[in-house]
Amino acid sequence: MTTAAKPPTRRSGVYPAAARAGKLRRRHAVNALMAGLVGLAAVLATLPLVVVLFYLLKQGASSVQWHFFTNMPKPVGESGGGMANAIVGTLILIGTASLIGLPVGIGGGLYLAERRGSRLANTTRFLADVLNGLPSIVMGIFAWQFLVRPFGHFSAWAGGVALAAMMIPQVARTTEEIVRTVPVSLREAALALGYTRWRTSLTVVLRTATAGVVTGALVAIARIAGETAPLLFTAFGNQFWSTSLNQPIAALPLQIFTYAVSPYDDWHAQAWAGALVLIALILIISLVARVATRGRFATASD
Amino acid sequence: MPPGPSIASPTAQPSALTPLRDSPPPASLSMPPEMPLETPPVISSTGSRSTPAPAPPTEALRRVAPTTVTINTPAKPSAEPTGTPRLSVHGLSAFFGGSCAVRDVSVVLPDRFVTAIIGPSGCGKSTLLRCLNRMHETLPLARVEGQVMLDGQDIYGRAVNVTALRQHVGMVFQRPTPFPTMSIRDNVAAALLTASPRPSRARTDEIVERALRRTALWDEVKDRLRDSAVGLSGGQQQRLCIARALAIEPEVLLLDEPTASLDPLSTQKVEELVYELRRDMTVVIVTHNMQQAARVSDRTAFMLGGELVEVAPTTTLFTTPHDPRTEAYITGRFG
Amino acid sequence: MTGAAVSSEQAGSPRERPTTPSGADALGPKRLGARIQGAVIGDRIYSAAITLFALCVPALLILVAVEIFLGGWPALRRFGFSFLTSSAWDPVNGVFGAAPAIYGTLVSSAIALAIATPLAIGVALFLSEFAPQWLRQPVAFLVDLLAAVPSVVYGLWGVFVLLPVLRITVMPFLRDTLHLGVLPFFSGPAYGPSMLAAGLILSIMVLPYISSVSREVLLAVPRSQREAALALGATKWETIWGAVLPYAKSGIIGGVILGLGRALGETMAVTMLIGNRPQISASLFAPGYTMASLIANEFAEASGDLHLSALMAVGFVLFVITLIVNAIARWLVWQVSRAGGEKTA
Repeated sequence: MTTAAKPPTRRSGVYPAAARAGKLRRRHAVNALMAGLVGLAAVLATLPLVVVLFYLLKQGASSVQWHFFTNMPKPVGESGGGMANAIVGTLILIGTASLIGLPVGIGGGLYLAERRGSRLANTTRFLADVLNGLPSIVMGIFAWQFLVRPFGHFSAWAGGVALAAMMIPQVARTTEEIVRTVPVSLREAALALGYTRWRTSLTVVLRTATAGVVTGALVAIARIAGETAPLLFTAFGNQFWSTSLNQPIAALPLQIFTYAVSPYDDWHAQAWAGALVLIALILIISLVARVATRGRFATASD
Repeated sequence: MPPGPSIASPTAQPSALTPLRDSPPPASLSMPPEMPLETPPVISSTGSRSTPAPAPPTEALRRVAPTTVTINTPAKPSAEPTGTPRLSVHGLSAFFGGSCAVRDVSVVLPDRFVTAIIGPSGCGKSTLLRCLNRMHETLPLARVEGQVMLDGQDIYGRAVNVTALRQHVGMVFQRPTPFPTMSIRDNVAAALLTASPRPSRARTDEIVERALRRTALWDEVKDRLRDSAVGLSGGQQQRLCIARALAIEPEVLLLDEPTASLDPLSTQKVEELVYELRRDMTVVIVTHNMQQAARVSDRTAFMLGGELVEVAPTTTLFTTPHDPRTEAYITGRFG
Repeated sequence: MTGAAVSSEQAGSPRERPTTPSGADALGPKRLGARIQGAVIGDRIYSAAITLFALCVPALLILVAVEIFLGGWPALRRFGFSFLTSSAWDPVNGVFGAAPAIYGTLVSSAIALAIATPLAIGVALFLSEFAPQWLRQPVAFLVDLLAAVPSVVYGLWGVFVLLPVLRITVMPFLRDTLHLGVLPFFSGPAYGPSMLAAGLILSIMVLPYISSVSREVLLAVPRSQREAALALGATKWETIWGAVLPYAKSGIIGGVILGLGRALGETMAVTMLIGNRPQISASLFAPGYTMASLIANEFAEASGDLHLSALMAVGFVLFVITLIVNAIARWLVWQVSRAGGEKTA
């Protein structure tokens, strides 16, 4: 803070006009330069996204055909292979994780919002943030040690639990943030009508915050949909058709990984196609989440 | 303004329209002895009037002194409660953490009367009101001591079900609080969800219509009952909230500055409504607006710094306040 | 809502109360009295349920810590402190030291932060100060999308697009054209899979985290701070440099540390790009290992219980490091948002 902090000193008044103008010109040049650099940073930051999406379309689009969604993986050299099992497997994993993670996360978020200030709420909020930052691979080996090793085999539900463990802290925090935006006056109005606390929370507060909570849930789902590391040693992947929760199950990100590190061009093409489908799935979920948010603001500002 | 109470300028000359509410109160009315009515006589700072020697509370209430305020008497035959009060407060103190918002207040809130609570900002009047249906304790670090008796039952007693209590003691807040996710009809019907047995759909529609008619909202909204309640104007929203509170037929209605965020016309409508409501229930209204207190209430309580300074029939309080602090407040010297 | 208030609402907790006044009986028949009695059972169930859900979070963290520690305990007990300092990682002979992985993790993360931090702060400044209103939402959305792209997709792109470019163009350019090859960091053969590749892909991946936290912190700087500087005749940049950035400094540092936490634990893209070789080399062109990629690469094919345990121990080290890093970051961000909240209130 040099120029900005100092009020114009008396000395500046005796500067020759030309010198003052020169100094001013220099200051404005610095300003323009920094504005340019900042704009450049924005361009550079968004460039990778554009490039990645470009390559996904270029390399993957030709392989995304109908049979990609309906066929099973085929051995190297055979054409017409697909990822039907991986797509279904990813949906099953997302479903399992949501079934566990969403109720716990939303319930925990309600607690954080309603008991804000209590010691347990403060501790839980902090730990949720810390848990949120844990590497996904750590969740993977945790789930392996906790749910695979004791049972002696990989399973879809171990993968679902690992993903749910990643959802819970995130959903809890977004739910809390949204529920806190519901005015206290609404809660009071419901309580004053003789509503019980649970009815107030669920039918007035949570219902008012529904759009935001749904958005938070969708963002969390979009995040886990692409997770690979927690599934490596839990869901494990499966070359065959399986929908059993007690068996290893295929997943889109796992399949992409397997194909990408393989030496075969056929499989590389399949990996690009799988990545394109995966990113499309995530984009659709993200866009739905955004539209839901917009709806919330429209009603709130009425 | 139909019931037409109005206040002339406080500096108006004494007129013939002096209060007429001097019928003797029944002897059964007894203020709790700790009522702060027996303040010692003090020469007011203007020196224009000396307070008479301390009199028994009932006598003090009856006294009519020369007035500087002209008030049209509301149509209540007597400002003195008859029969047994349903709601009374005994030694009530309310706290936020360590700070005391209401200090040892005792007051009787007579049935089918409108009692106004006035006082400067931060005097604890809203907190006192919120203690009457146990809304105070929903705030963080809030705490209550003392008793609030409703029909002989301490509402702070161990066995009391708070939600059942609040169904009988309704409340309307300063800002309108329609539920944004519900239609106009569902807002009014919202309280009925908690009733047992829950009324049928047809019965619910009846109740909704009656509540909306009582608040003079029916004609304005009957064609759009299914629309969102947030589309209504502020005044309509507030009347909707009153209708919602009335739908479950509370015995007591608490109003916390219900017109503070409304325009004059909406304010008038709400005041007319309050005036009507006292035929059916006990009404307690907190207001920062002395004219409003004078217009709608039968009795007025003045609070200052968390303490109840004085409670008296509205006419009396505004014409011949007993306590010099009350006089200072109503003549506009502070607050 | 405090525990005290809740309990008093639910059950009417014991409070100091005067004895019933003598006049209470005279207050009338118990018309309402009986009707407002009764406990609120639903509220107790609801309260217990959400408390239980909330307790899942600390329970989960403890469970993760305990399980991973137990899994890694045999290796930690066997190798002791040398597990962290030894660079021998030899599954065949059953000797395990995590130093190369720890080194690789730190170096790749440092590269990522060195590249991502200035860019991310630039983006945050662009979004909060410079960009025209209509451009802010779309650009913010694009940057957020960077975070939504799965790690494995970045890995795929890195393997087939980034690595060839690095091998054929960037690495020879740095080493030969710019003559940076005299430095140990840019010497040696250009394979492609390398520390540099991992650092680059990580920088793309952590950028959105740093920029979104920074942007939030910048937006939390009170208007009055900006106006005070502008009113002194400062240019926009002088205002930012003199008033806005100092105010937001610790929050931005928190965001950078949060990005560090992400970089330390990123798995898939790094595994696909770093070359997976347990060695410590000064050259950024040489392959290496990170803790996360070591686990991802060897866990499924571990050669025995001790190998598995060593990998779990690496996981435990990673867990502890990211735990500390995240705790520091959250604390810093929380400090700023609290201070901002107080000052604007």
